Amino acid sequence: MSRTRHVGLPRWLFAPALLAVAFVVLPVASLATRINWADFGSLVTSDAAMSALGLSIRTSAASTALCLLFGVPLATVLARSEFRGLSAVRSVVLLPLVLPPVVGGIALLATFGRQGLLGEHLEAFGLRIAFTSIAVVLAQTFVSLPFLVVSLEGALRTAGEKYEVVAASLGAAPTTVLRRVTLPLVLPGLASGAVLAFARSLGEFGATITFAGSLEGTTRTLPLLIYNLRVTDADAAVAMSLLLVVVAVVVIGLVRPRGAL
Amino acid sequence: MKRLLPLLLVLPLTACGGTEDDSSTLTVFAAASLTKTFEQLEQQYEDEHPGVDVKLSFAGSSDLVAQIADGAEADVFASADDKNMDKLVDADLAAGDPSEFATNTLIIAVPPGNPAGVKTLADLTRADLQLVVCAPEVPCGSAAATVAEGAGLEFAPVSEEQSVTDVLAKVEAGEADAGLVYVTDVKGAGDKVEGIAFPEAATVLNHYPVVAVEGTDDADLAQAWIDLLLSTEGQQVFTDAGFGPPAA
Repeated sequence: MSRTRHVGLPRWLFAPALLAVAFVVLPVASLATRINWADFGSLVTSDAAMSALGLSIRTSAASTALCLLFGVPLATVLARSEFRGLSAVRSVVLLPLVLPPVVGGIALLATFGRQGLLGEHLEAFGLRIAFTSIAVVLAQTFVSLPFLVVSLEGALRTAGEKYEVVAASLGAAPTTVLRRVTLPLVLPGLASGAVLAFARSLGEFGATITFAGSLEGTTRTLPLLIYNLRVTDADAAVAMSLLLVVVAVVVIGLVRPRGAL
Repeated sequence: MKRLLPLLLVLPLTACGGTEDDSSTLTVFAAASLTKTFEQLEQQYEDEHPGVDVKLSFAGSSDLVAQIADGAEADVFASADDKNMDKLVDADLAAGDPSEFATNTLIIAVPPGNPAGVKTLADLTRADLQLVVCAPEVPCGSAAATVAEGAGLEFAPVSEEQSVTDVLAKVEAGEADAGLVYVTDVKGAGDKVEGIAFPEAATVLNHYPVVAVEGTDDADLAQAWIDLLLSTEGQQVFTDAGFGPPAA
């Protein structure tokens, strides 16, 4: 990318911009001031914390995998094909982005719960989803999928189709074009989309507590544990909140330097 | 229009700032299991105190104590157990001594028709049964733990919920085969759940204390609410809902 000369910005713009940064940084920094550092180590390494962190990471990894499995084809279809109702499909897919997660949880319950539309039949096969780690993964996938789809579709549209046209004109089959040209070109966008989906999964709370319940080791992820502890053991809740902040910062830091977000 | 824009941005803030007279509002924080009875009494109180608007906030008792400790403006706090009331008193947030106004006992709630065939407390330990209880931090959870301990049973719930109403909701929805809730919850749910009483429940009585919160703007209004709970009419509302009389 060539460096272009900057047009001067109006000075007053920096004041609200700075306020916006402070608005995000201040609460996170304030969290750190509430930490009981003497017990911090033992609080974040307690059995309950480790079990919740482990569960959070495993379920978030699984939901990110599901997002990739279904989100990559979906984003590609949205970016590269034309059919009637495409924009309607896009709107529907983005729904979880604006829906309160608790509504997502109730909707998932109506679908995969024991009395749910699909759950009823799954139950007949002895497959139970509610109150299991699978429910956690489904809740996370539901809320995270739009993050991956939006990032990837944006990347695909920015990359354009010219290389694909060239590859096709040289005789490459559609699958080859997708595999050798399209996806490699949008790899940074794909990576940032996956990281965003992972981060969103890690923070999922509303849909999980509604749909999956809360039990240590099975469904009590780190946000649920924090919610549980916040009234009985504020020190532990704050310590684990900071742990979640650190994990989130690390996750975002993984892709941010490439400027892909 | 450009000049108007900053004004438009600020306008909603002043609207939220509120100039209404706070003295005419009584904010009552109450345990989730008191929802129906307190809503009933709210009507009565407002009829007796024209111009006073009662605002009710329901949640798990431990949540409410934490909110008050964090500066939530409550005038009255009604807890579903002594433990959480003690927390408020210990934090010097109670104005005066708490008064007990009702008691409650546990019961097994099952979906209509009792699909899992639950008959006794011991049935709740069955491996094929989806049991939901309250987390040990909330009163209904600590009562469940005490009952289990007293009976020498060990429950393996599929979920530990943050309030008794969450447990009830999961049973009502048919997601859980059984849940441990209060007698009053089952009564209040009508035919959406069935209750199965068990003898061990009598060993654990849940006490409901109420107190005015320290620093309340209107101690008289707060006391009037407490008096209403203890009055003959108030007690009748609790009896009708399935609560027991105060033990103390």
